[in-house]
Amino acid sequence: MEFERRDAPFMMPTTDVSSMMRNVLYALIPAALAYVWYFGPGFIFNFFVASIFCIGGEAMMLRIRGKTVEATLMDYSALVTAALITFAMPALTPWWVTATAALSAIVVAKHLYGGLGYNLFNPAMVGYVVVLIAFPLHMNLWLAPSMGDIDYQNLTIAETLFFTLTGIFPDHLTFDAISRATPLDIVKSGLNDMQTFSELRANPMMGDFGGRGWEWIGNFTAIGGAWLLVKKIIRWQIPFGVFAGLLIPSSLMYFLFPGVHPSPGFHLFTGGAILCAFFIATDPVSAATSNKGRLYYGFGIGLLIYVIREWGSYADGVAFAVILMNMAVPTIDYLTKPHIVGHPLSKRGQQ
Amino acid sequence: MSTAAATYDLGTMHGGLRLPARKSASTAKEIQTVPVPKQLVLPIAQHVGEPAHPIVGIGEYVLKGQLIAESDGSLSAPIHASSSGKVVAIEPWPVSRRLGETAPCIIIECDGEDRAVQTAEVRPPFDTLAPESLVQMILQGGIVGLGGAVFPTGQKLMQAATMPLEFLILNGVECEPCISCDDMLMRAHAAEVLGGAQILMHALGVSTCYIAIESDKSEAIAAIVEAKAQLEDDRIVVKQVPTIYPSGGEDQLVQLVTNREVPSGGLPTDVGCVVQNVGTSAAIYRWICEDEPLISRVTTVTGSGINTPMNVEARIGTTVADIIAFAGGYAEQSDHLVIGGPMCGKSVTTDRVPLVKATNCILVVNETRAPGAEQPCIRCGECATVCPIQLLPQQLFWYTCADDEAKLRSHGLTDCIECGCCDLVCPSQIPLTASFRNAKARFQELADEKARAERARLRYESRNERLETEKHSRESELAQQKKDALNAGPSAIDAILKRQKEKQDHNGGDKQ
Repeated sequence: MEFERRDAPFMMPTTDVSSMMRNVLYALIPAALAYVWYFGPGFIFNFFVASIFCIGGEAMMLRIRGKTVEATLMDYSALVTAALITFAMPALTPWWVTATAALSAIVVAKHLYGGLGYNLFNPAMVGYVVVLIAFPLHMNLWLAPSMGDIDYQNLTIAETLFFTLTGIFPDHLTFDAISRATPLDIVKSGLNDMQTFSELRANPMMGDFGGRGWEWIGNFTAIGGAWLLVKKIIRWQIPFGVFAGLLIPSSLMYFLFPGVHPSPGFHLFTGGAILCAFFIATDPVSAATSNKGRLYYGFGIGLLIYVIREWGSYADGVAFAVILMNMAVPTIDYLTKPHIVGHPLSKRGQQ
Repeated sequence: MSTAAATYDLGTMHGGLRLPARKSASTAKEIQTVPVPKQLVLPIAQHVGEPAHPIVGIGEYVLKGQLIAESDGSLSAPIHASSSGKVVAIEPWPVSRRLGETAPCIIIECDGEDRAVQTAEVRPPFDTLAPESLVQMILQGGIVGLGGAVFPTGQKLMQAATMPLEFLILNGVECEPCISCDDMLMRAHAAEVLGGAQILMHALGVSTCYIAIESDKSEAIAAIVEAKAQLEDDRIVVKQVPTIYPSGGEDQLVQLVTNREVPSGGLPTDVGCVVQNVGTSAAIYRWICEDEPLISRVTTVTGSGINTPMNVEARIGTTVADIIAFAGGYAEQSDHLVIGGPMCGKSVTTDRVPLVKATNCILVVNETRAPGAEQPCIRCGECATVCPIQLLPQQLFWYTCADDEAKLRSHGLTDCIECGCCDLVCPSQIPLTASFRNAKARFQELADEKARAERARLRYESRNERLETEKHSRESELAQQKKDALNAGPSAIDAILKRQKEKQDHNGGDKQ
């Protein structure tokens, strides 16, 4: 009998990229629901806009680069980017801001660097930084979380959609009436104005650890992250590194100089720290590859988030921290090259 | 304590995978014996090294166990006839090999009488022999490593004897899915395995033998422990190793059992260990104590394309087609024929290939990756996590694409054992192992080419040298003649001049 030849191994791989990416999307569902609960339906509209432009941008770039469009679009990686961009946007964001972030992420950060697997920088974070710099006003339009007792003007679904499509507020509302400083902003400017951290915690925006609402979104994000860990989609090194990098210096400063530095719990439960640890920093393409390297990479991100929040000019530092550590990845990979079994120990290979 | 139970006290192996065993179907029945086929196909190269030289002619009648191809003293192993019959051809035949589709084979038409060659002398007990002569005897039995590497065992022992040794390790791990021939051999022939171990210990002069068996092979462990109790040999220690692929790789096993790393490019003997497969050990016992050279082996016939998976004992040279027919034939769907296991085996295009000494498994599979399904690497690093050598397969793959030889070397391409773990965990379905195998083959080609160029250079230089010496010797000869002439005085010079003049005149005359 005659047979067709194949290469070993003759067992099927156990995973594939699309199922990994799909699982990441599933893991974001609890956090997305919490986000919608606290900040309204704008999240959903933003996700639609981001998805359309991410997938459209990807299809366009694949066609221009002469690649097969369908197979690559099915890997869900563009949707993950869209989801992460959506989490970084305020709930009320005009469509062109989200679209700019999406196109910057997919076209510039991803495809101009060679597509999936070749991008040096986390696409979602590049997209976010572009709009943070290009549309500072819109990126400051954070709502107060709907907690019931905070004086807050709710927008209806129609009003939210109208704003997303046009960038125009309903007649009876103004920018100042609905936007609120985020907990990070409150603490940053408050500490600059010589208020103590415990005084600032009396602000109705503040919750048990971080900002009210924000900390619950953090909890739900962590649930999704834990699920990814259990499913072995991500490994523990990067989240652990990020938390260590953020909590060690913040605890040190908080206990050494109480009052003038926010608590470690505040750092953990506000802004994008938890999302970053489980979903952003863990993007394999732009992260370090060895387990040891990932620990350092995560730690670097955590540390930079802390440094930027404490001494930088931006309230949160997740995107900048991730991009800066993306730059350090080749060096980390070089310095953490594992010891090949059977090779002499403690030799740093010449490259 | 002669009935010492199996023990765990092991070193560690990096990475590896827990794979589905897929061995229950082929271990349900005892080992079945395949009858002597009509025709035997015996490749003259069934081992690492030089092919054996046929010493039989076409038309010659041979007996079972008769030497039909001998080794010439270099790295090689002799071949014996697996049954009695007539040599009908020595010609190329399809084989399962890494390079090339066919190889020279001795083809024997069996007479079905299976008459064995008569031995002249009775062998003395092995423990009365000097280790060197024992090794020489093992060389003559055509015995090679039956775990798949088919390194001539005698040569391995000769090399090992030059090193300080501590442990003999018998490899009964058989970690690859589907393969169960060593498991079944240990269950059925534990005494032979241990007998072989005693011979090996005597030949090597070591006093500790570890028998490593995977923890999920409880029946094989029980059989070995019982046989050990009967032998009352305290030098033999049974070790259970965790069921993690590829714990049965030679270097990985040394690492697991002794916690010593075999140096890159080195051998287990560099860390005081000799590893032999349990099947090899049994074959040595049969040769030394029962006078039967390596003419048959146990092999697993299994896979979703086989009707009744089983382990069979078959004569070396039986074609795979005959063996599969014995095992109930092909199932309805039988897409790919693999010689070896699902991780390291080699796919062949025809079932006319013969069972050789290396064939531990005949596998017919239907599930394989479709070529071209791969996606770009997303640098997830899973491949590095499972690599037992701690290589960085994703980096290596990158360098194979760029054909960057220096980087491939510094990242340890040549250390890759081609276990296939990285392929299985790759979410982008990249055929990593195949790309490493090809890159290594290219390296080998380059090395061969370099060696050829080096040989040509040496030839050229020695030719120049020879011409130079010839020139020198001619010059000094002439000088000597001149000196002799001068010494002889004017008359001799006159005589020479006269002779030359005559010559010139003669030539001049010719011209006119």
